[in-house]
Amino acid sequence: MSDQTATATDEKRDGRGLLREIAESQTAVVVFAIIASMILGSLLIIAASEDVREAATYFFSRPSDTFSAMWHAVSSAYIAMFQGAIYNPNGGTFAAQIRPFMQTLTVATPLLFAGLGLGIGFRAGLFNIGAQGQIIMGATLGGYVGFAWDLPVGLHLLLAVLGCALGGAIWGFIPGILKATTGAHEVIVTIMLNYIALNLLSWLLTLEAFQRPGSDNPQSPQVADTAEYPLVLGDQFPLHLGFVLALLCAWGAWWLMERSTLGFQFRAVGANPSAARTAGMNVKRAIVLVMVIAGALAGLAGSAQVLGTEKSLTSGIAASFGFDAITVALLGRSRPLGIVLAAILFGGLRAAGPALQVQAQLPVDIVLVIQSLIVLFIAAPPLVRFLFRLPAPTHEKEVAA
Amino acid sequence: MKLELRGITKRFGDFTANDRIDLLVESGTVHALLGENGAGKSTLMNVLFGLYDADEGEVLLNDEPVVFAGPGDAMAAGIGMVHQHFMLVHPFTVAENVMLGHEDVTGPAKLLDLEAARAKVREISERFNFNVDPDAVIEDLPVGAQQRVEIIKALSRDASVLILDEPTAVLTPQETDELLGIVRDLRDAGTAVVLITHKLREVKAVADTITVIRRGKVVGTAEPTASQEELASLMVGRAVTMRVDKDEAKPGETMLSVDGLTVVDEAGIVQLDGVSFDVKAGEILAIAGVQGNGQTELTEALLGIVPSDAGSATLDGEVITGKAIKDILMSGLGFVPEDRTEDGIVAPMTIANNLILDIHDRKPYSRGGVLQPKVIAEEARKHVEQFDVRATSIEQTTGSLSGGNQQKVVLARELSRPLKLLIASNPTRGLDVGSIEFVHKRIVAERDGGAAVIIVSAELDEVVALADRIAVMYHGRIVGIVPPDTDRDTLGLMMAGAHDEEEAA
Repeated sequence: MSDQTATATDEKRDGRGLLREIAESQTAVVVFAIIASMILGSLLIIAASEDVREAATYFFSRPSDTFSAMWHAVSSAYIAMFQGAIYNPNGGTFAAQIRPFMQTLTVATPLLFAGLGLGIGFRAGLFNIGAQGQIIMGATLGGYVGFAWDLPVGLHLLLAVLGCALGGAIWGFIPGILKATTGAHEVIVTIMLNYIALNLLSWLLTLEAFQRPGSDNPQSPQVADTAEYPLVLGDQFPLHLGFVLALLCAWGAWWLMERSTLGFQFRAVGANPSAARTAGMNVKRAIVLVMVIAGALAGLAGSAQVLGTEKSLTSGIAASFGFDAITVALLGRSRPLGIVLAAILFGGLRAAGPALQVQAQLPVDIVLVIQSLIVLFIAAPPLVRFLFRLPAPTHEKEVAA
Repeated sequence: MKLELRGITKRFGDFTANDRIDLLVESGTVHALLGENGAGKSTLMNVLFGLYDADEGEVLLNDEPVVFAGPGDAMAAGIGMVHQHFMLVHPFTVAENVMLGHEDVTGPAKLLDLEAARAKVREISERFNFNVDPDAVIEDLPVGAQQRVEIIKALSRDASVLILDEPTAVLTPQETDELLGIVRDLRDAGTAVVLITHKLREVKAVADTITVIRRGKVVGTAEPTASQEELASLMVGRAVTMRVDKDEAKPGETMLSVDGLTVVDEAGIVQLDGVSFDVKAGEILAIAGVQGNGQTELTEALLGIVPSDAGSATLDGEVITGKAIKDILMSGLGFVPEDRTEDGIVAPMTIANNLILDIHDRKPYSRGGVLQPKVIAEEARKHVEQFDVRATSIEQTTGSLSGGNQQKVVLARELSRPLKLLIASNPTRGLDVGSIEFVHKRIVAERDGGAAVIIVSAELDEVVALADRIAVMYHGRIVGIVPPDTDRDTLGLMMAGAHDEEEAA
């Protein structure tokens, strides 16, 4: 017994250990965390609802009114979210009915790209907070290729996409090489690089080369048609080729981590760098490579924005995708399939925002709260297990006892 | 003071770690709890200490049933425990660690009374010759000293029952002897000492009563006069040979030649000071010495983990110093690291993956950068069987194995490629008798297969049993190379730095 207990307690309680815990949390915990967040979200919806507040003023004379108002508020909110994110039965044509889901997939695309990159980093033990900056740099470089160059169909898109990947890769290489050579902590470096990227883009947008002709706004010219991601299901849906590319990348990420010798090294370095080193692996090289790959994937998230949906550069090009992608990667347990599902879930929550506001007259921030609650629950598996009476994994039982 | 355990049963799921165990501990005696790793000794003590709740049975203190909700209750009742894995706050000083949990304050400002804690540490340290500085920071101390701090911690709380869980696992022979002296002193002062161990020599040296546990059950009690062989067979349930069966070495050509190897650490301290020696094919050179006298630096410099500042090492005619770790490994060096969990295995990865950690990018395990899962699984099954790794599946995480089985995984990996030189540091640390026997056999087999072998061990028994020649290290130097039949007193003197330049073999 003693040896087994020992290995469990010996695991270092540092960031690396935390990352591993989150990455290896049970699927059941993730599912129940989502359910718990929706339940807590319901309480918020009730609190935010005008109708409930009105009915509550005469609660003691007719309590049933309050309860029915509560029920109505919660159900209409979730119906609105469903209709805004997945399927709208009032759409008339079939195309209009499934348009919300296509919108969800479109919004999910940048989250998926960036989440995949972060997931690879997490499994290699690197807490990369820099997806935001990597998206910005990717979008900047790829966007520039898109609007400033004049190239034939096909080649133009290819070069623009590669430009996005390269921009992100450069922004991932910097923290990678700094960590490998000087030991600089990637969390600090990537956070700072986010600021640098944002301000660099803002400055670039004041230059003539980046400005839309005849406009003083900090906005670039529109990318050329030849550099845009084509729509994959025709003009009635916003879904573009970037989503297909993201799915391919998800498969690629799985293959890299599970089937290639490089991914084997990434996993070993992430779980125990000193054992990896003793076994002859080049830990520094692995760190740099992981950051470059993560950066390139985040750069592709930038391509989904600048070549897919936004079609021109502004300083808000990355929205908050780089940070939401951290959540997506954690929620997806750093595994490609999990990240695909988590990205679609978060894409859906984002897509549901406007419907929530218009249809249910609720503040759009509720979506953000639900997103945040999901993460909060995932970070505290024992809480979820307690709430839903889930069994603890065997090794934790011993440590807890 | 009389402490009694009656019918203690503790289950983890389907696994019964303790099965109706009875134990009686009385003041002024040393009670040895003897058993293999995983026999349930630590679980039993954790039940006693209030860390686990027993499923059945009761604890009686002076014939009164007691229930400890946690270590705090147990300590208040006068039970102290020194855990196998230290419970120390690393960035704190020794004095701060000792006062942790019962922080006394002084003066109107209610400041921590560090001076009192320092005095206490000094007093205990001097009484038992611990040589521990109260103001030293824990993380700067060697493992042996850290354990002495643990003992000071328990002693500072006037424990009348002191549980020592595998206390000598990390100690040098000298330190072990000192500790056994302390145990005797404590007993004579009226303390009841429970000594949890699987080391027969210690049990025979200090125990008044011996209880042997196997697979969670008490299988018998023995007198300290029982022979080591009797105790060992009681422990593992079959007769065990205490000596390593090996034929006379047939040394061949010089395989490894180390010439003036020097390592200076980051702080500028010379850790390895111009070490020179040769190891021939087909012989085992054991390196003896008190921990921290340059053995670690020597093995790590040979593997290339730490850069050497002067000198060279030549393996089969090829200079290996300055090469990449990977290249050194692939030129025929097998390396069993000192700290298994830190450097030997990647705990969250599967057994199959750990078995190819160093060769995952070689054929047939991968082709063109693509892993070959079928081959990997096939080879893993073969190795698990060959090395008798007790696991439910090769897909089990290596971290979930017992220490002995983890070590077998490391050995299976390192011994599965053709070796010119095997370096094994403390290859049997923390292993049970059965596993030790197995590991020793494998090492001797590697020697007989024509490899040069370097064994670094803090256990003199192991050094003497395995070695064809013994090199003794002190302060980063080799003070002498002697034959294995050198008597222990001489070896002990050499380990303490007495210069004995008698070259042999």
